[in-house]
Amino acid sequence: MDLFGVGTLLADCVPPENLSIFHPVSPGGRSIVSLSILVLAITGGILLVVGTVLMYCVFRFRTKTFDGHEPPQVYGSVPIEVAWTAAPAMIVFILVLVTTRTLWEVEIPVPEPVVGDNTLFVTVVGRQWWWEYQYEYYNGQKLGFTTANELHMPVSEASQQRRVYLTLKSADVCHSFWVPRLAGKTDLIPGRVNSMWLQTEQPGLYLGQCAEYCGTQHAHMLLRVNVESPAEFERWLQQEASVALHVDEATITRGREVFLGLSCINCHAVRGTGAKGTYGPDLTHIMSRATLASGQIPNNRENLRSWIADPQKIKPGCLMPAFGLSDKQLDEVVSYLESLR
Amino acid sequence: MAIAEQRRTDYQRQVVAASGWTAILHDWTTTVDHKKIGILYVLMSLVFLVIGGCEAILMRSQLLFPRYDFLPPDTFNQLFTMHGTTMVFFVGMPILIGVGNYLVPLMIGARDMAFPRMNALGFWATLFGGLLVYSSYATGGAPAIGWFAYAPLTERTFARTAATDLWALGLLVSGIGTLTAGINFIVTILGMRCPGMTLRKIPFFAWTMLWTSVQILLAIPPLTAALVMVLLDRNLGAHFFDTQNGGSAYLWQHLFWFFGHPEVYILVLPAFGMISEIIPVFSRKVLFGYEFMAAATAAIAFISMGVWSHHMFTVGMSKTLDLYFAAASLLVSIPTGIKFFNWLATMYGGKIRFASPMLFAFGFLSMFLIGGLTGIMLAIAPFNFQLSDSYFVVGHFHWVLIGGTLFGLFAGLHYWYPKVTGRMLSERMAQWQFWLLLIGFILTFGPMHISGILGMPRRIYTYEPDRGWEVWNQITTLGAAIQVPSYALFVINIVWSYFKGPLAGDDPWNAWTLEWATTSPPPAYNFEQILVVKSRRPLWDLKHPDDPDWNYE
Ligand code: HEM
Ligand SMILES: [Cu+2]
Repeated sequence: MDLFGVGTLLADCVPPENLSIFHPVSPGGRSIVSLSILVLAITGGILLVVGTVLMYCVFRFRTKTFDGHEPPQVYGSVPIEVAWTAAPAMIVFILVLVTTRTLWEVEIPVPEPVVGDNTLFVTVVGRQWWWEYQYEYYNGQKLGFTTANELHMPVSEASQQRRVYLTLKSADVCHSFWVPRLAGKTDLIPGRVNSMWLQTEQPGLYLGQCAEYCGTQHAHMLLRVNVESPAEFERWLQQEASVALHVDEATITRGREVFLGLSCINCHAVRGTGAKGTYGPDLTHIMSRATLASGQIPNNRENLRSWIADPQKIKPGCLMPAFGLSDKQLDEVVSYLESLR
Repeated sequence: MAIAEQRRTDYQRQVVAASGWTAILHDWTTTVDHKKIGILYVLMSLVFLVIGGCEAILMRSQLLFPRYDFLPPDTFNQLFTMHGTTMVFFVGMPILIGVGNYLVPLMIGARDMAFPRMNALGFWATLFGGLLVYSSYATGGAPAIGWFAYAPLTERTFARTAATDLWALGLLVSGIGTLTAGINFIVTILGMRCPGMTLRKIPFFAWTMLWTSVQILLAIPPLTAALVMVLLDRNLGAHFFDTQNGGSAYLWQHLFWFFGHPEVYILVLPAFGMISEIIPVFSRKVLFGYEFMAAATAAIAFISMGVWSHHMFTVGMSKTLDLYFAAASLLVSIPTGIKFFNWLATMYGGKIRFASPMLFAFGFLSMFLIGGLTGIMLAIAPFNFQLSDSYFVVGHFHWVLIGGTLFGLFAGLHYWYPKVTGRMLSERMAQWQFWLLLIGFILTFGPMHISGILGMPRRIYTYEPDRGWEVWNQITTLGAAIQVPSYALFVINIVWSYFKGPLAGDDPWNAWTLEWATTSPPPAYNFEQILVVKSRRPLWDLKHPDDPDWNYE
């Protein structure tokens, strides 16, 4: 079995909580793993050989007491020095060659969207401390909606490859996009535009988190990538692209009024209403997301309520303040948010 | 009476009048003797080592359990900022400069450093810089920007308090100290060697101090420039790194790592030098391949100036640049390999005595080997896309900094302690210290490689319970706890042995370099008579008049 085979074998049947870089599910990840295994083998070999020589010297030549007779003094030897300059040089040469091959496999430029290519283009904006996803194109069609914290992408098939190109930007400080099983990390740097690509044949949920220190809540800038069948993915696209559901029910209407009347709308957007803030996550279809606070807690009524009541308690230092809402207002706002499916 | 003479007698009267402690204090704070300055540097660094160690223990306690709330996030972020800053700027560099200060003039048969007063300035600037950085705690909290202080997190917008200014000012001031020390070493080593000691005959430690100083000279100015730019940004509305006004975050990374990468060689080259003095003496053999070792040192210093962007593989450089920086970084392993093999060849066929300095040298060899190999992995750009900024990196660089620099330093401190104090350290305590350190160290930093491979990023104050990182973090914290008594033993040992240790005599290890030709401790003027040397091992020549070294060099 070749190294690729080993990679695929390892990738099977691994739960989503597993973030090991040695369980890749993507061509890029596998390419890195096979290089890594080669590098581990080479460095392991060096460790074995040099370590053995070291141990041999230590045990063979150790003396408890010095008898006063100095051992023969050997000042050096040019042929020996040349030999142990050449050997590492050869190893370095091999390593550079294999590195080049993998580099050229992993780093590919972003193409233009074309109808019929089944390619997804998403702009990822890193923010203190959550992720904004702007869906740009799928299969050559313009999308143009924004969501947060949970990335959805279609699975790639042998008959039909589906690649995802991410354009990476930052709204504030440096961040880094790292979902270990899907790809190596790439930084999001303010003032720069970076890119990377994802592709996998294995549906499932893949986790990761921001890998570049970005301030107080760097630890809780978690990443979730949902890889779905094309049909599921397209259904999700349809739903996300639509404006917010408008439910006419007393509590919900009151909740909507509270929401739109508060400073919530300075930061949050709900498409189809007057809320157009862009500083915080887009809430248009918040109930389609499984988690809150960029992956930290499950998205349910209870957690929504305690989050809005006091975000600082759940994510100390985060950039959303508590508003001191009354219990009644809280219930109404949460009911309204629950209607945003 | 001439005015100058009057002043001198006044001064003498004051010194006589001052009694006991004040006299000692006065003596140490005004000293320009390279040996006293060296000791001051080492003592200061040991105090900062304890502080940095406490910070590490606090961090490790917070990471003992997932979602643990022992420390609030900002406190943790301040701790790793201060820990990294302290260990690099106020432990690693000053302790090496201190040992160099003490030893270099003695080893090259000089009476002092070239610029004794600038030497004192260097120490006080370093200490003052450290105090400035720590004074941030008095202003309501330390900086929380990481020791690498990536822009734009250091701009006013994101770091509002004065802590970041104090951090930058402190590093600026201590940078002046480091730079003057570097200049002093270069002038001393190039200009003040005793008669007969050509550049090809200087003791190896002096050689590595020379190249470390060259790196200091090249690396500190870009850092200084970058720090001034940050201060301008923060206080005078400049926009060098202010990305919201067109500044560049990328520029900071280049400036910082143009300093930061040579910095790690500044930290490790002197340790190479110490090891190269100790292994021959305890193997009773001459250093194998001196010329190749010397050339390899120069090559490391040279190559390492061109590899800084391997800290930036994930910033989205081009493939070609990634390849260049990977290849250049891998090249460093060739001269490093040469050094390693020459140390082994020095031991080969020797009569090796595992007294504490050699024991630590053995620790250095075995640990540095592993740290070097994980370094090769990190240099492979695609592998680095996965590993950078993960705990693997934390494991790797501690392996090199503790396994390399700190073990090398402990070897050196145990080796030269008798020269400095005239007394031997307790061998029993030293052996306990070694084994506790080795075991604790492996348990601390070994599992970090695994948690990194399992996807754990660095600089996070907490982590999720279901990731399988828990057990590795717990072993790590246990290892850190095992290291604590080791450092404590060292401190106890140096204090206890200073008063109670057996007398050492001038040359307790039967060594070969010039510092062992004077008394222990050496007099203020180092040598009664300026010596004349004819080979790399003047004391070997003295001890073996029938078979002197100069016949072979
Ligand atoms: C008892 C020994 C030590 C322990 C347990 C320890 C532990 C740690 C920990 C937990 C971190 C934070 C990692 C992260 O969150 O990314 C860290 C960072 C660091 N340590 Fe240590 N450390 C020790 C000694 C040292 C020494 C001796 C040095 C250097 C001479 C050093 C240099 C650093 C540096 C430069 C950082 C990076 C700080 C940053 O990310 O800004 N450490 N260490
Ligand atoms: Cu981030």
